[in-house]
Amino acid sequence: MIFDAEVLQITILSLQISALATGVSLLIGLPLGTLLAQSKFPGRSFFLSMVNTGMGLPPVVVGLFVAMMLWRSGPMGDLKLIYTPTAIIIAQVVISFPVVTGLTAAALQALDPRLKLQLYGLGASRLQMIWMLWKEARLPLLAALMAGFGSVISEVGASMMVGGNIRHQTRVLTTAIVLETGKGNFDIAIALGILLLTITFLVNWALTWIQQRGAQR
Amino acid sequence: MKKSLITIKNLRVKRGQKVVLRVEKLDIQRDEVLAVVGPNGAGKSTLLLTLARLLKPEQGEISFNGAQAQIESDTMYRRRIALVMQDPLLFDTSVFENVASGLRFRGVDRDEILVKVPLWLGRLGVSHLSKRRASQLSGGEAQRVSLARALVLEPELLLLDEPFSALDPPTRSSILDDLGLLLKETSTTTLFVTHNLPEAVQLADRMAVVIDNRLQQIGAANSLFERPATDEVARFLNLRLMPQSV
Repeated sequence: MIFDAEVLQITILSLQISALATGVSLLIGLPLGTLLAQSKFPGRSFFLSMVNTGMGLPPVVVGLFVAMMLWRSGPMGDLKLIYTPTAIIIAQVVISFPVVTGLTAAALQALDPRLKLQLYGLGASRLQMIWMLWKEARLPLLAALMAGFGSVISEVGASMMVGGNIRHQTRVLTTAIVLETGKGNFDIAIALGILLLTITFLVNWALTWIQQRGAQR
Repeated sequence: MKKSLITIKNLRVKRGQKVVLRVEKLDIQRDEVLAVVGPNGAGKSTLLLTLARLLKPEQGEISFNGAQAQIESDTMYRRRIALVMQDPLLFDTSVFENVASGLRFRGVDRDEILVKVPLWLGRLGVSHLSKRRASQLSGGEAQRVSLARALVLEPELLLLDEPFSALDPPTRSSILDDLGLLLKETSTTTLFVTHNLPEAVQLADRMAVVIDNRLQQIGAANSLFERPATDEVARFLNLRLMPQSV
């Protein structure tokens, strides 16, 4: 039952959506977190507080706001993205990029502040300096990646609201579990739950292995 | 008479509203080791950080090799110098990669790196540590690697910010001896910030005394001890070192 074509399709879609959302979150969160950690500008504390608040955004609220934006009558309705995998990715990015941003900022702020001076004092350009700081903070940055992925692979509220849980189109593991539970198919729901947990464990295990290999070298 | 590498005129550096350094005139001569001495918090490191363009002066003029240093971009300017700080601040990688880092920033090709890094590891007596993680080094080893990381760049100006203050006396003495020989051998112009007068006397050709955020006097060690320019300088020198131990 678990290994039938539909479950496989749902699993692959879940992984694709969450991997893409995590990737986009990294693209946004890594530079933004670096900016917040390294620069001094008016309102920096306010932005940091916003990001830290964003780390705890309820997915269902994110789903509501993204759905309002994407509904046919909403400001981005013309894009016809509601109830598509892209809509789920957008919602998941909104959920996970504050996590990646906040943890990136925290990771870089934990480094010795004199490291930046030392890098400049050895002739590093600004980009080389930032690259070296990322390398120095690679272990907590990998933790940020894990947290970002964890926040989206496991969320259900936003995916349900903006994806619609449409069979063969936007049904992912979490929404499938909700559906099967609602139908009283607890055995399938439990099996899908175990599958989701296994996937989450395998991804985090791989990332932890990379992280700890870096720590021991 | 030697030519000046660096000339500073009417320099004033502020942090917030407070003036943290005033230098009316200072020449750093080519090939010399100039020690900047003074009590803690006097403004010694501020001078070094300003010269490294890590602090922006409120006013003043810094000439490098006769040209206005301000004309160059910060990165191009900093690629003519090298900085060693009190803590080695080694990167979390191998010793070899640490020493190669500044060369990589400058885009030096791989073959040259493979020649220069072992050479300078050897000169600092840490060749055997080349493959070791920086985090596994002792304090003395780490500071030797930090010095190799700066000297491999063959900088026009080497900036040392109290690099020995965290080391135990035997290690400090051994590194100081080796560094003194290397600086003479390579004729590296050096600005050496320290609050330790015996270190300054051993390593430097001249000393600049910074007290109360102002450069008070500059000259050879003997002339400073014989003819201190102000009461503050006299008090600092007498407090810190008995003349007979110079």
